[in-house]
Amino acid sequence: MAFVLAPDIPFDDWLSELDAQSKRSPGFFTGRPVILDLSRLTLAKPDVAGLLAQLQARSIRIIGVEGVDPCWLGPGLAPIPRSGGTASVIEFPKDDGAPEGDITTNTETDETNLLIDWPVRSGQCVSFPQGDITIVGSVASGAEVVAGGSIHIYGTLRGRAIAGSGGDKRARIFCRNLEAELLAIAGLYRTVEEIEPHLRGQPIQAWLDGNVLMMSTQD
Amino acid sequence: MAKVIVVTSGKGGVGKTTTTATLGAALAQTGQNVAVVDFDVGLRNLDLMMGAERRVVYDLINVINGSAKLPQALIRDKRLETLHLLPASQTRDKSALTEKGVARVMKELEEQFDWIICDSPAGIERGAILAMRHADIAVIVTNPEISSVRDSDRIIGMLDAKTQKAEDGGDIEKHLLISRYDPARSARNEMLSIDDVLDILSVPLIGVIPESEEVLRASNLGSPVTMSNPDSAPARAYFDAARRLTGESVPMSIPEERRNLFGKLFGRRAA
Repeated sequence: MAFVLAPDIPFDDWLSELDAQSKRSPGFFTGRPVILDLSRLTLAKPDVAGLLAQLQARSIRIIGVEGVDPCWLGPGLAPIPRSGGTASVIEFPKDDGAPEGDITTNTETDETNLLIDWPVRSGQCVSFPQGDITIVGSVASGAEVVAGGSIHIYGTLRGRAIAGSGGDKRARIFCRNLEAELLAIAGLYRTVEEIEPHLRGQPIQAWLDGNVLMMSTQD
Repeated sequence: MAKVIVVTSGKGGVGKTTTTATLGAALAQTGQNVAVVDFDVGLRNLDLMMGAERRVVYDLINVINGSAKLPQALIRDKRLETLHLLPASQTRDKSALTEKGVARVMKELEEQFDWIICDSPAGIERGAILAMRHADIAVIVTNPEISSVRDSDRIIGMLDAKTQKAEDGGDIEKHLLISRYDPARSARNEMLSIDDVLDILSVPLIGVIPESEEVLRASNLGSPVTMSNPDSAPARAYFDAARRLTGESVPMSIPEERRNLFGKLFGRRAA
């Protein structure tokens, strides 16, 4: 699924809002294909080129532009037909609209490990893009733990664990009791149905071997 | 010092309203002053459980928007003079609840009562959040089944984030009440065991209410089971839970129906 960015005029204000958003959730755009929707705006060709350069400078991977004259775009960018239907527009979350109980991490910090010593409840998301997460407690069904590095869970993992969210293939997942809904490392994932039954209820570790998500019990 | 309890669960139909009415009655039966407050605006039920549906004149929304005073809206129970009901409005919806208004009503209730028990609506939206907002204690009602347990887990997360107490840096006291528990079905692995539920939710247990026809009969009679049939198994379970709420230490057990000798013989022969 691709995400859609729909800029507003003036671009400078919109770009600073975008920067603020990226600062709040680093790695948000990493590796994500993004479609630029300009159909609400009336623009000249240099405006579009300038905007694309600005986004490129922010390492945002634009794969297509919607709502402009196709001949304005360079090679590698496709105009997107209106009836595509698989993309969703990114709504910038308002600060006061953050889901309850989410662990917001301070991106200014030099810490590389986030320690949580309470259970992560259903509907909560713990996100720490700059390093490892250690959880002393369980992760409930319907909860999500997302780390740039490895994830260590001293309890039962019933929800989702996503390690190496920025693409770090050396990241690993450890848990004391595996009942997970989903495990992912650097974008490769396994759902509960693809996890061997003999690993369920066991202490396990998961790692990447090339492009294969490996899992074994901890002896 | 008044204690504010919210009875909540996330999922609907697990027994929040029954529990609010019955715990309220059980506490009032010990002589303490109790108000039960229905926050399920638009789908009010607590008045039916209490048998007060014909006596509702003013409701919580009237008090919030100033068209009635609190004493006008409070309904005193006919059987127990220490038990009071603040009904919800059936003709409005949850958007009529305002944060300021709820805070004012709760403060006024705290001046008059020992216990204020708030019956939360199902869901995780405005009504549920305002019901838990001013609570000191949460009673989380769960059925021993996986969807109910997961929704309760979600609500526990919200209790730790959205209540006034949590925002002030404190800890809201949380208790788990397992209702509709059937030991026979649990033994056949047809429902989660109590240990499974406690393991998933990691919240201390305050009571286990056995599945019983008495509870249904009580709600049809409009009389909480602790009043209509105080010797029944669910009534004894609720009495024990109420005693634990007041801080008393009561050994945990799951009450069973007392059968007479005839019943035992008959039961055995039938099995």
